[in-house]
Amino acid sequence: MKVGILNLGLSNLFSITSAVKKLGAEVILLEQPTTEIDALVFPGVGNFMEGARRTQGIMGELLDYISSGAPYLGVCLGMQLLFESSEEGPGDGLGFFRGEVRRLRAAKVPHMGWNKITPVRPSPLIEDVQPGEYAYFMHSYAPRPVEERIVIAITSYGEDFPSIVGGGAVFGTQFHPEKSGRTGEKILKNYLQAAKR
Amino acid sequence: MIAKRIIPCLDVHHGVVVKGVSFRELQTAGDPVALASKYVEDGADELALLDISASIEGRETFVDVIRRVASEINIPFTVGGGVRSAEDAYRILANGADKVAVNTAAIQNPSIISQISERFGAQCTVLAIDARREYDSGRVWFQVYSHSATRPTGLDAVRWAKKGEELGAGEILLTSIDQDGRRTGYDIELLRRISSIVTIPVIASGGAGDLRHFLEAIKQGGADAVLAASVFHYGIYTIKQVKEYLISQGVEVRL
Repeated sequence: MKVGILNLGLSNLFSITSAVKKLGAEVILLEQPTTEIDALVFPGVGNFMEGARRTQGIMGELLDYISSGAPYLGVCLGMQLLFESSEEGPGDGLGFFRGEVRRLRAAKVPHMGWNKITPVRPSPLIEDVQPGEYAYFMHSYAPRPVEERIVIAITSYGEDFPSIVGGGAVFGTQFHPEKSGRTGEKILKNYLQAAKR
Repeated sequence: MIAKRIIPCLDVHHGVVVKGVSFRELQTAGDPVALASKYVEDGADELALLDISASIEGRETFVDVIRRVASEINIPFTVGGGVRSAEDAYRILANGADKVAVNTAAIQNPSIISQISERFGAQCTVLAIDARREYDSGRVWFQVYSHSATRPTGLDAVRWAKKGEELGAGEILLTSIDQDGRRTGYDIELLRRISSIVTIPVIASGGAGDLRHFLEAIKQGGADAVLAASVFHYGIYTIKQVKEYLISQGVEVRL
């Protein structure tokens, strides 16, 4: 199976690439989605404005890709860019999901470390993931979806926020599955499994 | 809620893990990749890798260590030691590290903190502070030292931590020079002063030797994470033992 990892210079691709390869998939680094891949991963860290700027040139291609029902997994900023906009700065996200990305309301930000993910809705992405398993977060902003039905799991840090979202073959995780030990491995594996179907 | 993190620290000198006392008297403690894997297996929440090589060859060996560790483990790790510029930070992150710690270079040129933070995000930017207790007409204060704890800077550690936060650091790695490698407990006063004034996570470093030291750093010192080296390298406690103890004391950790 071929997994495309979107390389927009927004993230260290080393760890996500190693993690996907360890699961037996072939990895191709891409500047934009193509039809040659079985699944796409869009990793990203840092600023929404910068993310939106770098995504701008391939907005059409990305939207065509996800609208076609092809598998997409956005990680951290790659998840946030599925939404419309962010308090962090100007710029348009893909708007595939309705809602805005907002700064976390907690005493200490960034939200940095291991926190529990609590499933609120069944999804192939969290098959075999038990309530209360930990995942690794490093972020200051989180999405506020308009539609409750896209929320697959929540996490509590000062307030509850969606830590996994999904609709059809499109998923997003606010945490870093490639850095989340065995739990993260299961989630990545589930994504690849779901993409095969 | 978020779990408190246990972070084993590997000081790497020319490709080998070493550990000293108060930054001196280095002893060899093993191969970095093998130790990193062992700690992940044992339940480490994160790792810190500090390059303490002084030569160019040492630095190049270290990049290879970062890559090998990154391809081996599935938890985050911070890399520090000799980071002089945003370019250095880029090289570290591109080779698989998740966060970059700056220390001496930030003291000499604080804008390096904002440069790294703007380019890679606050969550990647760690300000490492090495501080020592000073007594000034009956008043205790904490002075920041640079160059591997050898040079006093005149900076007040509490003010420097706050400044670092304002410049965009996403985390403070706070080492007590007095306590480093002594295994007699973290400097709780230092931790307390800094964790109560910043709104970013603080990692306690220097002094872990006993189970209750970890608890004190978290409960009294307000640390979000506890880093230790010799106590783990020499097998005095395993990470699992520390975690089980913390749970028994009502602290949330990831088992």
